[in-house]
Amino acid sequence: MSEYLLELNNISKRFGGLVALDAVSLAIKPGEIHCLAGENGSGKSTIIKIMAGVYQPTEGEIRIDGVPVTGMTPAHSVQHGIQVIYQDFSLFGNLSVLENLALNTMLLEKRRVVDWTRARNLAEQALARLGVTMDLDADVETLPTSGKQIIAIARAVMVNARLIIMDEPTTALTRPEVDALFRIVRDIQAQGIAVLFVSHKMREMLEISERLTVLRNGKKVAEGPITDFNEPKITRAMTGHDLTDQSYVWEPAAGDSPPRLEVRNLSVPGSIEDINLTLHAGEIVGLSGLIGAGRTELALALFGMNPKFTGTVTVDGREVHPATVQEAIGSGIAYVPEDRLSEGLFLPQSIERNMLATSLNNFVRGIFIDRKRTAAATSGMFGAMQIAAPGPQTPVNHLSGGNQQRVVLARWLLTGARVLILNGPTVGVDVGSKAQIHRKIRELAVENGLAVLMISDDVPELVQNCNRIIIMHRGRFVDEIGPDSLHEDALNDRLKALK
Amino acid sequence: MTLFRRSEFIIACILVAAMIIIGLINPAFWSLDNLFGLLRANVIIGILALGVLVVMISGGIDVSFTAFAVAAMYLTIKVMIYYGYGGVLLPFVAATLIGTFLGAFNAFFIHSFRMIPLIVTLGTGSVVRGLLLGLVGTSMINIDKMPQQLIAFAKTDLISLTSASGTNFGLTAMILIYFGLALLTHLFLRYTMMGRSVFALGGAPEAASRVGFNTRNTLFVVYCFAGALAGFAGLLHGSMIWLANPRDFVGLELDVIAAVVLGGASIFGGRGSVIGTLLGVFMLVMVKNSLIIMKVDTTWQRVVVGLIIIIATALTAWRDRKKLV
Repeated sequence: MSEYLLELNNISKRFGGLVALDAVSLAIKPGEIHCLAGENGSGKSTIIKIMAGVYQPTEGEIRIDGVPVTGMTPAHSVQHGIQVIYQDFSLFGNLSVLENLALNTMLLEKRRVVDWTRARNLAEQALARLGVTMDLDADVETLPTSGKQIIAIARAVMVNARLIIMDEPTTALTRPEVDALFRIVRDIQAQGIAVLFVSHKMREMLEISERLTVLRNGKKVAEGPITDFNEPKITRAMTGHDLTDQSYVWEPAAGDSPPRLEVRNLSVPGSIEDINLTLHAGEIVGLSGLIGAGRTELALALFGMNPKFTGTVTVDGREVHPATVQEAIGSGIAYVPEDRLSEGLFLPQSIERNMLATSLNNFVRGIFIDRKRTAAATSGMFGAMQIAAPGPQTPVNHLSGGNQQRVVLARWLLTGARVLILNGPTVGVDVGSKAQIHRKIRELAVENGLAVLMISDDVPELVQNCNRIIIMHRGRFVDEIGPDSLHEDALNDRLKALK
Repeated sequence: MTLFRRSEFIIACILVAAMIIIGLINPAFWSLDNLFGLLRANVIIGILALGVLVVMISGGIDVSFTAFAVAAMYLTIKVMIYYGYGGVLLPFVAATLIGTFLGAFNAFFIHSFRMIPLIVTLGTGSVVRGLLLGLVGTSMINIDKMPQQLIAFAKTDLISLTSASGTNFGLTAMILIYFGLALLTHLFLRYTMMGRSVFALGGAPEAASRVGFNTRNTLFVVYCFAGALAGFAGLLHGSMIWLANPRDFVGLELDVIAAVVLGGASIFGGRGSVIGTLLGVFMLVMVKNSLIIMKVDTTWQRVVVGLIIIIATALTAWRDRKKLV
């Protein structure tokens, strides 16, 4: 019997001329929690698909229990006890918890007729193995993400899994849900099942994993027991360079120009109360708080999406009444929403069109669009934002999350925005892109004199990039951390005190 | 508790309420004569609706089934007359097979070319109607020429009564065939893996193939099933009205789809039940029947059917969205 459950030896995978994996070796012991880290495009997904039997490696050897396996198909992979939980979980929202759990087993047994009593027993056993209870008759689509994930894990465990591969399992979870997930993972580990986490979230990796393998550009760049690693070391391995964690210092401009944005006594019935806020050119101000504190409502009010507010808003000393989005844009306020995918981008459309979506009015001659000027403006922006794509005509859905975010930023710069409100600017973006986006935001503040209001739940992000952080609670500003006491601990303590 | 949350329960409540209101406006509604007539009118729409239900659960839509029904009916009766065949069982088997065969075309196009079911079935329906009129014939076959055995079969009554005015009326035995097919459809959807794969396909097609369902087979079963029921219903319709009209059933697809949507099936796929569909069909037929009793013009009936589709779809869409929040 081999020491390893699954061994990949010098696996390479090429797609046409493109090398996705270059002689990568990865070995997983029975019952260990292993983490596979890497940025988007590092080859993580390719290696998962090779383990799942979806792809065949171009070169290299796969061993299961020490025995070489060739021509592995998804069915073989499942027979050997390898189960992959993809990010979308592959669940059926319209079916009950019970049926989602029992389906796989019934399919494996090649049944033709459904025995509902047995299905119920199967489902109960599956949940019992994870030590959770759940309403078996509820439709899966009514469950929160964490519940869906539990079902996906339970379903994988049921079919005698020995290795469960989880792709970005913590992306949509809150902290207590992540803790619950880790409890379950340790529990199934105790039953002798190995778990491979595929993630780019370093803190969580350090918390749960026993061993770590890091990929970069299709190559393995680091591996070893987790005790050999710390956050900066993993970041360096993933991105290939050290990332700045210098905090942002704001230098007030000489002379006394009016503040970029001044908000006086702003209230929205039922969500925010009596907000006073002053942002100067070049400032990056963080807005922190618990979920539901009214941060998004404040952003929406400033952006003209909540016309029921009372109070005054001035931009560069001129009073504005953002009753509609058009007016907000016209007065120089830009808002990059939390969910850029559903609220901000037209995915199948080109980068160029997405960039122009809110500023086309500035590029018209008569009733026609001035194509020369739009092309010049967008290709300039394309270069300035360092978007990794063949050209401005590439559809936005071909871009990674970080690059998509840059397209959204570019769009607002083209409108001539002077106040930029960012809501969760790097949610779902990997470490390297995140650093680049942060750098871009700082440049915009310093060079273009923008005032930035950054709403985020990411404590390190706020502390690193803001010159001060305002804490909001139940619709009011309750506290502010100035440049002298900007530490993660200071912010964390204050956030904890809110509960 | 779960009973009250189920959409079937709500549909049943609305149905009962509607019956009471209609009964108040027109007490003749509750006469046995009228009720038996209503049930009789349920049979054909109901059988067609069962097929559409399965298609809609799978996430598709079918508007070709009325064409298939007419084609199966007209072709079968033509051949029967040509050979002077006098049986009943064999023609029904033949009509069902014709429907199945035509349904396979729908599945083939939808699967092989990943085409939108609405476009495919609009196309196949039009082609089949055109071919029928162009190649088979355009003339109606009326009671003189209709195979008498078919008419006799469809005349079978479960209960025969004589009204006060001396006319005879009865409850057609065809209702048993309808309920039998409904029961079969229910058992198929609920208790076979193939039936569950229809729900899986309608809920999450990508996940369905990933967990190991053969979605190609499912697609074929779904459209062939709808075609088979259409073929069967077509011949039964001809037998019940003693007439084979190759231009029959025009516009009926909307009524059937309205009935299925009214019965709580989701136009987005993944949801629907046989009991709901039975209730939906009854409701639709009852409303149309009441409009006739109240002497509302047939053109206005189209307005009512259209409104029913819009309102019922809006309600189910609203229900589905609420669940997601």
